[in-house]
Amino acid sequence: MQLFKNTDFDFLGKKWPFIIASLVLTAAGFGSIAVKHGLKYGIDFKEGVLMTVKFAYPPPLDQIRAAMARSQKIKGEVSVQNIYGSGAENEVEIGTEAQEEGQLNVNRQDMQDVLNARWGQTAGKLDFNNASQQVVVERLRDPLARAGVAMSDVQLQKLAKDMLDFRDTPPRSGLVANFSQLTSVPGVNAGIMNTLQQECYLAPFHILKVEMVGPKVGAELRNKAVLATLYALAGMLAYIWFRFEWIYGLGAVIACFHDTLITIGLFSLFGKEISMTVIAALLTLVGYSMNDTIVIFDRIRENLKISRREPLERVMNRAVNQTLSRTIMTSGLTFLTVIALFIWGGPVLHGFSFALVCGIIVGTYSSVFIASPIVLFWHNYTDRRKRRPGPPLATAPRPEAVRKSPARAVK
Amino acid sequence: MRTNLRARTVVIVATILVCVFGIIGFPKSAADLVQNVKNHIQLGLDLKGGSHLVLQVQVQDAVKADADQTMERLKEDLGKQRITWASMDRNDPQRVEDADDVEIYIKGVPATQTSSFRDLVNERYATYVLTAQNTTDYSMRLKPSELVALKRDTVERTIQTIGNRINELGLTEPSVQQYGRAGDQYQILVQLPGVDDPAHVQELIRTAAVLELTKVEDGPFASREALLSQHGGVLPLNTKMVKAKPRGAQEGEQWYLVGKTPVITGREMRNARASQGEFRKWDTNFTLSPDGGKRFGRFTEANIGNRLAVALDNSIVSVATIESRIEDAGRITNLTSEDEAVDLSRYLRSGSLPAGVQTLEERSIGPSLGADSVHEGLVAGIAGLLAVIVVMLVYYKRSGVNAVLALALNTVVLMAALSYFHAVLTLPGIAGVILTIGMAVDSNVLIFERIREELRSGKAVIAAVDTGFNKAWWTIVDTHVTTVVSCAFLFLFGEGPVRGFAVTLVIGLIANVFTAVFVSRTIFDYELSGHRRMEALSI
Repeated sequence: MQLFKNTDFDFLGKKWPFIIASLVLTAAGFGSIAVKHGLKYGIDFKEGVLMTVKFAYPPPLDQIRAAMARSQKIKGEVSVQNIYGSGAENEVEIGTEAQEEGQLNVNRQDMQDVLNARWGQTAGKLDFNNASQQVVVERLRDPLARAGVAMSDVQLQKLAKDMLDFRDTPPRSGLVANFSQLTSVPGVNAGIMNTLQQECYLAPFHILKVEMVGPKVGAELRNKAVLATLYALAGMLAYIWFRFEWIYGLGAVIACFHDTLITIGLFSLFGKEISMTVIAALLTLVGYSMNDTIVIFDRIRENLKISRREPLERVMNRAVNQTLSRTIMTSGLTFLTVIALFIWGGPVLHGFSFALVCGIIVGTYSSVFIASPIVLFWHNYTDRRKRRPGPPLATAPRPEAVRKSPARAVK
Repeated sequence: MRTNLRARTVVIVATILVCVFGIIGFPKSAADLVQNVKNHIQLGLDLKGGSHLVLQVQVQDAVKADADQTMERLKEDLGKQRITWASMDRNDPQRVEDADDVEIYIKGVPATQTSSFRDLVNERYATYVLTAQNTTDYSMRLKPSELVALKRDTVERTIQTIGNRINELGLTEPSVQQYGRAGDQYQILVQLPGVDDPAHVQELIRTAAVLELTKVEDGPFASREALLSQHGGVLPLNTKMVKAKPRGAQEGEQWYLVGKTPVITGREMRNARASQGEFRKWDTNFTLSPDGGKRFGRFTEANIGNRLAVALDNSIVSVATIESRIEDAGRITNLTSEDEAVDLSRYLRSGSLPAGVQTLEERSIGPSLGADSVHEGLVAGIAGLLAVIVVMLVYYKRSGVNAVLALALNTVVLMAALSYFHAVLTLPGIAGVILTIGMAVDSNVLIFERIREELRSGKAVIAAVDTGFNKAWWTIVDTHVTTVVSCAFLFLFGEGPVRGFAVTLVIGLIANVFTAVFVSRTIFDYELSGHRRMEALSI
């Protein structure tokens, strides 16, 4: 099965619609950023505290807000919002904004205390849904002995571990609604169940994740993100400069910039958060877009060696057509894996996979409709400048100065 | 090329065996296999659940404490030498960056006593630099070299103390280490896998550890029950049972009955060090504060012949007999080895944190979220892999099998490399594996498309395969290098999860060069080797 046999589309002739579309998209992205007053940063860059809590029922947002507002220790605004997305059921994000580290620590501690106070029980029992293995063991050891349930320390550790593993696996995912659910854990008998119900209670919430980023670390992360991106682009420019003529390198880098800008613009348009993993995705797609561009440039160079008299546009078109099958296949296959990540990869990787989904589409067409036209424009411009002094020749051989000498082109 | 087909096949089979072994070892059962995989592939904190903390040691506290001690000694010394002064205090910088600016101000030293004052300071306070503000006022600062040493020592002691406290938690593979490239950041990275109560752990780390010197009433006993039965099941008034920290080859537990109220706590302990005493035995010398010394003197005078227990965080590290009255400098003698003496001195010194600790960053993932993430990652990975396999088989027919085999081997080599390098697999790392699948197949596509092109232009099969591989080689190198460059910078600048991603992608791509070119070529050659002149190739 071959989809693209000896095609002959005039890609570079039709470059203008795509260039205009790119400009429109970029403008839309910038417009969105301007209207929304900047990008939506994840906690990595925004600093603050973010606590993800899962409730046993649809979370009472107003009550949570009120409880947090009543606290004396928490400074600054507390935001409470639902999380949507695959697998997130009854989950809520509670966050406070950027502050000094000391205050952030106080906020973080107090947020947990407020939850415990409002939805926990103060009768002295242990909250099973938010307890750690060691704490459960310590709590149950003496009561179990008193109840006459004979257990060695090793057995008790294993029992606690099994119970907590049961609690944490789906579909409970951290929340046990009823102690009777625990009967399916191996080793749980009536005596143990009694002791459990005596010593522990089940809070209606379970803290899934806590993230706190103070100003020092926030600044460092923002710094690192920018530096990583700049160095990576510089590294790639250097590599391409080494392998191809300088204008090709510039074309490739401009195409990469274009991809990154459009992807960030799309993030803003769709209201997605930018975190450190999203930066990782952006750098990956820069590398990927470079790949694509290099494959086409390689072919152009190869074709130029053979046909010196053809206009550059025709040579480029042929190169693109020759690599079309490979381009579609590769992009298609990579796109398949990335879509799989996007659909099934879960909320943590959501931003990451969104960046890659947009990036692969944009990166593929930018190699043909942005990078190559730049090289084309430049060569046409320099050709025109060179032709101006003398009469134009219909079949003027391509001046040697414009491309690297053959000996160097063959690496 | 075809002559060394056998050699190449051997290389490939050997690689497969080594890699498979790296991942699953020698399993004796299905459960064993799963366990081996879990042991070999280390999961990051975001998949295992646990806590990642970046702490900053507030070294200015230690510098200020040193200044305070110095002021106490100076006041005594000035008194002894009958040098008068009007006031002595120090400034109070609050931030870590200002730790170097701690200064002691001594005001009102009469001009007549200047020389004796200077002599005193230069002789007894050589670590400080004395600067005269005018004829009667002075300021003192630690020498820069001393400052550097003090700050470094503070960070090391903090790391050790925190490590000690965390060890009490009985976690698997906790880690506490210095963090950050710049030496002037005083940051510590604490990683606690499997901690599901991070708030409690942070409290534990930050509060003062309890160092106690208490009187031993009775012991040692082999168990709590033995101790209890010795006292008829009821503890005497004002006592408590404490277990001894197991030492070296000691078997079984040791329990002591000690006084509830400690004689000396960490706050009175000033310093401790190990030294070699009589008969080449090791001792630990310790010094107490003046107040502590007075109290200790009264206690030891009244308890000659009794025993004293040194307990750190409620477990006994040493028991010694009181031989005479001890004031502010004491010695614990007849320790069995240099190690024991050094350890004991460390415990005495590091009983409490030398400086405050502030949390700069916390990422705590509950184990339920970790389990969810692993599950989601696996589903996405399998879905992506299946999609790629189907497309390759449909589009390239039997050569597609070639590509799928190369892809499978690529993934196996990648997982084995993670296992052998003890690299940690994070959630972005799983995404990296999935991405490797998509990108790896690109190499195969490049080669196959080239072969198709050569076949279309009329070349014979063998020549077409040859040309396809040769022409595609440099393009493959180019495309891999750019992504590897990207990942190199991600690795340098990234943390934890992002680093995991960079590592898996790089390893995957490097392995890909091997599988897509070497292995794929071998399979083609194997297919072509039987036939003298192949007419057509299923591609």
